[in-house]
Amino acid sequence: MSLAHSTATILAKELRTEFRSRELLGTTVVFVLIVIVLFSFTFNPTSSESRRFGPGLLWIAFLFAGSLMLQPSFLREQANDTLAALRLAPIDPFSILAGKMAANFLFLLLVELILLPVFAVLYNIAILPVLAPLVLVLALGTVGLATTGTVFSAVAAQARLRELLLPLLLLPVLAPVLIASTEATVGLLRDPSELSRVWITFLTSFDVVFLTAAWLFGEYLLEE
Amino acid sequence: MAGESQSRIPSGPAISLPSVLVVFLLLAAASYGALIKAPEEATMGLIQRIFYFHVSSAWSGFVAFILVFIGSIAYLRTRALKWDWLSVASAEVGVAFFTVVLVTGPIWAKPVWGIWWTWDARLTSSFLLWVLFVSYLILRTLVDEPERRAMVSAVFGIFAALDIPLVYFSIWWFRTQHPQPVIGNGGSLDGRMWRVLMLCWAATLGVMSLLIRIRYRLEAMRMEVDALRLEASRHTR
Repeated sequence: MSLAHSTATILAKELRTEFRSRELLGTTVVFVLIVIVLFSFTFNPTSSESRRFGPGLLWIAFLFAGSLMLQPSFLREQANDTLAALRLAPIDPFSILAGKMAANFLFLLLVELILLPVFAVLYNIAILPVLAPLVLVLALGTVGLATTGTVFSAVAAQARLRELLLPLLLLPVLAPVLIASTEATVGLLRDPSELSRVWITFLTSFDVVFLTAAWLFGEYLLEE
Repeated sequence: MAGESQSRIPSGPAISLPSVLVVFLLLAAASYGALIKAPEEATMGLIQRIFYFHVSSAWSGFVAFILVFIGSIAYLRTRALKWDWLSVASAEVGVAFFTVVLVTGPIWAKPVWGIWWTWDARLTSSFLLWVLFVSYLILRTLVDEPERRAMVSAVFGIFAALDIPLVYFSIWWFRTQHPQPVIGNGGSLDGRMWRVLMLCWAATLGVMSLLIRIRYRLEAMRMEVDALRLEASRHTR
């Protein structure tokens, strides 16, 4: 089976598992909503201020959500003892990781797209005129989040205190993504809005670096 | 571990007397250079002399983190635990050196800038780097089985090391108002100051390699004790 084919199979399995229970998506959406509400107490979300702080808060909420949401990615396999079965399959071991990354990317992107209009309404930010570049920034940032997050979820699954450990490992590594995505989003919401080429390039290189690293070294994590 | 033929660690000290002497002499020369010989900086005065140890500790810390990267890749490729020992030894020593950087920095900043800390590019990225490798060390404490610990921490070590340049670039572009560094970027540093700085770097590198060797051996001994304990429990049963 080719890498693309087996990755697609794993992706389909992940999606099926999630959409049968739908617990992960719903819980994460509510979690981010809570964070957005709580952030509104820390400063006055008037229009001019929220343009400056809003994107940063939104991205921090997404990163926190990611560090919690990616947790079950490998824990679920561990609890059901299914990782061994996956490994026995005659496929490239990287496709297990790649399939999970793709699934996590889609879950996170879906959560972000659901919450984006809510955020825009609550913080009084007009996002419609810049929707296309905004989705590009979201997608690029989320690739980085899903790539490192899936790998670290496999790392944390093998340790004690894993629920606390995953954010501890993930958030400092993702600091560049937070900076780049926030700056790109602030640029888009500014008047006149501009798509920062520097930050888009930066996000792309972050994604490429860690996708390559996951491809080279990630499969070691699947060993028993 | 079980069944593997374990090579016993030779007895005797981890570091040889001549190497300790060399590092001691280097440190003495560096201190003399930094505190007495180097010319006094025009505007900052005496406090600027902390610069020699501040910068050389940062550079040595970087070298230690590069060793973590090398050790991690080598471990995944060869599965020889000695590479894991190198990684953990280098990470701990690197964190110690960056702690020195983060402590001497504010001591220098307070009289010169009037504040202990500012969120400028260099400070923020050094802080983040420190946190990154503290996370690495915490991860190691949370996995008990040696081979599994070596494997997961190697993967995280590689990711953390790859993150270093990204952290630096992103914070660099983000905090464009940072004060221009004195070294590189066309900054000017007096020739004598350069030589003293290089001497200090050699001294801190010397200290670093001694510490890594001691810590490396400590890790090797821990593994041996574990293996012996396992063996002993098998015999008593």
